Amino acid sequence: MSNEKKEVFLSGKGITREFGTGARKKVAVNAVDFDFHRGEIISIVGESGSGKTTLAKMILGLLTPTSGEITFEGAPRDISSHAKRKKYWQNIQAIFQDPFSAFNIFNKVDAVLLDCIRLQGGGNLSQEEKTAKMKEACKFVNLKFEELSNKYPFELSGGQMQRLMIARIFMLHPKILIADEPTSMVDACSRATILDMLLKLRDDIDMTIVFITHDIGLAYYISDTVYIMEHGNIVERGTADEAILNPKSDYTKRLLGDVPKIYEPWDFSTAT
Amino acid sequence: MAKTMLEVKNLTTFYKTRMNEIVRSVDDVTFSLEDGKSLGVAGESGCGKSTLAMSVMGYYFPPLHYEGGTIVIDGKEITNLTPDEIRGSVLGSEIAYIPQAAMNALNPTQKIIRFIEDVMAAHGKKMTKSEVRDLARERFEILNLPDMVLDQHAVELSGGMKQRTVIAISTILNPKVLIADEPSSALDVSSQKIVIKLLHDLMERGYVRSMMFITHELPLLYNVTDDILVMYAGQIIERGTAREMVFDPIAPYSKGLMNSIIVPEEGTRGNVLQAIPGAPPNLKNPPAGCRFADRCRYAEQACFKLGVSMQSAGGNRSYRCRFTVDELREWYRNEQ
Repeated sequence: MSNEKKEVFLSGKGITREFGTGARKKVAVNAVDFDFHRGEIISIVGESGSGKTTLAKMILGLLTPTSGEITFEGAPRDISSHAKRKKYWQNIQAIFQDPFSAFNIFNKVDAVLLDCIRLQGGGNLSQEEKTAKMKEACKFVNLKFEELSNKYPFELSGGQMQRLMIARIFMLHPKILIADEPTSMVDACSRATILDMLLKLRDDIDMTIVFITHDIGLAYYISDTVYIMEHGNIVERGTADEAILNPKSDYTKRLLGDVPKIYEPWDFSTAT
Repeated sequence: MAKTMLEVKNLTTFYKTRMNEIVRSVDDVTFSLEDGKSLGVAGESGCGKSTLAMSVMGYYFPPLHYEGGTIVIDGKEITNLTPDEIRGSVLGSEIAYIPQAAMNALNPTQKIIRFIEDVMAAHGKKMTKSEVRDLARERFEILNLPDMVLDQHAVELSGGMKQRTVIAISTILNPKVLIADEPSSALDVSSQKIVIKLLHDLMERGYVRSMMFITHELPLLYNVTDDILVMYAGQIIERGTAREMVFDPIAPYSKGLMNSIIVPEEGTRGNVLQAIPGAPPNLKNPPAGCRFADRCRYAEQACFKLGVSMQSAGGNRSYRCRFTVDELREWYRNEQ
């Protein structure tokens, strides 16, 4: 990505989400501001329960913020009716943590991909054109279409399923992709493949990716901008180098100390 | 030289599928573990890490079967014991296991203290309830768990607390070998660090004499264990000290695995992550030659045909590849 900042096309101001009422009220996300630029990878890092998934669900439009406003492409986001929500969802897609529950178990791999062609308005293409499109998507994620097309999702490994998810994203090419811990259930080797594909999506089709993770190492590797969340608040925000190599908040420092490293010794005294 | 706690020789075990197909997921594995040492087992999903853990315990139930090899724990061979003898006198006291899914390992209808009473009863320890409680309390204190937990149910605990409770239960009989199978992969980084620290403490206090730690997170292994063993398709690919394995891997597969390390340290952002292309072979009919050959960028014709055995690389180091250390190092240097 070039250094000059591209336009802001998704931003939020004072986004708050509360669960429960009265004494049981819990503020999951507390007055969060964000600005996402086109073609950048934004990481949201935090421990379990810090509100990162709640924030992602609000961006996706699956949860309504208690207060605050989300602006999309210069105008306030409107998802009040079903038709409007469907229109918004053409611009935004998500990959979740658990690939095993992301597919309809009765649909074979080619049905999953054909669905994407239909959604793109390619329902009346010839069979050859459809196959060519599916092959292109599978090639993008290093899967062999010939081997997989006649299989059911449960016949694939976790890494393959997660890659099939990315093949779907490639076919739908949304403007924003929310990746909610896409690598926490796959091993280190498949993880590298998936991260490379996300980088390729950003570089090839200028997609904005919101990468949610608890692994600060991944965030440092992949992102242009990092947001660090603690108990619903954003405690650190900046480019990857600023936020992770020169952290200002104590929380980021502690989080960094908890990650095993290979060039400096791991200090156990902070584990309590 | 320290006493050998666990010695595994030519261990081969297999799974029998419903179609009567044989899958050798631990194939001719030999290694040993000394008193006071910890050994890390690394490898990608499906390479046989967890099956190795199950096999080393000597407790086989279908579909896992024993085929050959010996397992010696502190001078006592366990491969010729019956399953009941293993349950009574080996599991828990000689060798203990922390499962991967510790979150689901606790029966939700029982109080935590009941599990500990059960362990004691199952191993024929004659102790009164109050003695058991005192022992449990002492152990829970080391693991930083409040006494209150003993009278709670599993659902009332957080993920990190459940994991620590499982550790307390599995180590209560002071096992000689502790097998930790991905004990921290379901936890966030802060809870993970606490769990690792506690395992360290248990070893330092001598409650656990030696440890086998299974994970695919290499930076974690580097910080936790003395030695690392890399597995691929049911075989050991390389063994060496943690430092050697991370900074100077010999076998092409270990080299590929080390290239997938991500750490938040200066200078690592620009590194290109090199994923190994392809997928591991199907172990129903493993390839005749090197099992890694079709994914290896250095493979020659002969690699596909000839089987490879472990070769020594000096000291405690060994690796599985047809090429010599110098040849491989030369290639790695040219690539940089």
